[in-house]
Amino acid sequence: MPPVSTPAPPSAPPSAPPSAPPSAPPSAPPSAPPSAPRPLPASPARRPGVPPAGGGLHRFANPGRFLRLTDRVLPWLWGAALLVLGAGAAWALLFSPPDWQQGETVRIMYVHVPMAWLAMGGYLGLAIASLMSLIWRHPLADLAARELSPVGAMVTALCLATGSLWGRPMWGTWWAWDARMTSVLVLFFLWMGHAALVRAFDEEERGARAGAILALIGAVNLPVIKWSVDWFNTLHQSASVTRAAAPGMHVDILYPLMVCALGFGLAFAALVLARTRAAVMERRVRQLQLAQARRHDGGAAEK
Amino acid sequence: MRPSRKRRRMWIVVLAGLGLGSATALTLTAFQDNLVFFLAPSDIAAKSPGPDRAFRLGGLVEAGSLQRAQAADGRTEARFRVTDGPVTIPVSYVGVLPDLFREGQGVVTLGKLGPDGLFRASEVLARHDETYMPPEVADALKRSGHWDPAQGAAPPAASWNTLSPDTPAPGAQDRAENPREQRGG
Repeated sequence: MPPVSTPAPPSAPPSAPPSAPPSAPPSAPPSAPPSAPRPLPASPARRPGVPPAGGGLHRFANPGRFLRLTDRVLPWLWGAALLVLGAGAAWALLFSPPDWQQGETVRIMYVHVPMAWLAMGGYLGLAIASLMSLIWRHPLADLAARELSPVGAMVTALCLATGSLWGRPMWGTWWAWDARMTSVLVLFFLWMGHAALVRAFDEEERGARAGAILALIGAVNLPVIKWSVDWFNTLHQSASVTRAAAPGMHVDILYPLMVCALGFGLAFAALVLARTRAAVMERRVRQLQLAQARRHDGGAAEK
Repeated sequence: MRPSRKRRRMWIVVLAGLGLGSATALTLTAFQDNLVFFLAPSDIAAKSPGPDRAFRLGGLVEAGSLQRAQAADGRTEARFRVTDGPVTIPVSYVGVLPDLFREGQGVVTLGKLGPDGLFRASEVLARHDETYMPPEVADALKRSGHWDPAQGAAPPAASWNTLSPDTPAPGAQDRAENPREQRGG
């Protein structure tokens, strides 16, 4: 998520006032409050007990920038994902050769391997977002992490399912409790646990905090997954593509795999960005409604 | 005040990460001997688990060792030897073998080692080595004598992973570069 990595506190105070008003109109007109058109969303968000701590302004400057940026990037991202994935699927399923001993079953690998890479790469992203959330209290990081985990869980489940479908005819078993498979199953539970935990609190911020801690603890699992096939003897084969020697994969199989991996990666990024966008907009709508309700209450009390 | 709090949080995260990381590393090192999915024939020769314990035996199916026979109940019994180089253990198995099973392939078998030295397997799983190649390329390697799959792993990937299936088998020049790959065939 490149847009998330621009917290830039020093630049925030100067850029916040100009960026806050332009970001308000897109969401303001539907409700169209007749009273003063001040930038509402920024201030009512803070709970009375929480000190504003100077970050109150850049908090909402950033999501606005994120919305505008992703609005421009997202259609291209979806287009590129569809294009690359379509080409990769055609190449992998129709035009690439079978394997000399696996036969046509090798084609499961074109889904399995990208899903495994995305499961781990996505979790690395989750760990980075959690770090940003815990240390810099970046509001977009919380939302991105929250929207990332269901997608990550889905990708990991697909990795496990396709691996199982391949393992039955090739190895002779659906499942074995070897170090690689067990550690990926743990990764799946971590994704599910994170998705459940961040949604388990009435107060969103506490859920985000707990989820970030869980995600960082779970990051220990990543090197275990990666090197499980080297550290322990396992049923799962060791890495074919990312190894010190030349890839143990013929280019007629390797290149379509790379295209599939790129396509799935683009689709994954587009899906997570779209979900995060929706979450940002959802939060804005809720804050507008809250502000409106407050204003109503205030008006009633003054009379 | 703000930066110092941020820095404190960063230190807490770093310290917690260090603690967690080293704890995991220690645990994994401590369990490394127990976290094995299978035992190699050499492990068993060094320290036999005894005839009553079921365990997994892993290694390569020795070239020329596979024999199929009809068992008493009419099912097919496969007999083969599993080797890791220095030590070889005979295995007998009644049942369906997985698709990848062949001589020279890695296998993991679950069963008990009898007092007669025969490993009676109740389950045979085939391992896949990390090589993927089209049938034509495998044929070209076999024909040129670069590789006999029954003898074990494929030659170094750099020698074949860009090989075009349409070109004739790799020439004598390749062979001179990899003299050690010429066994078998």
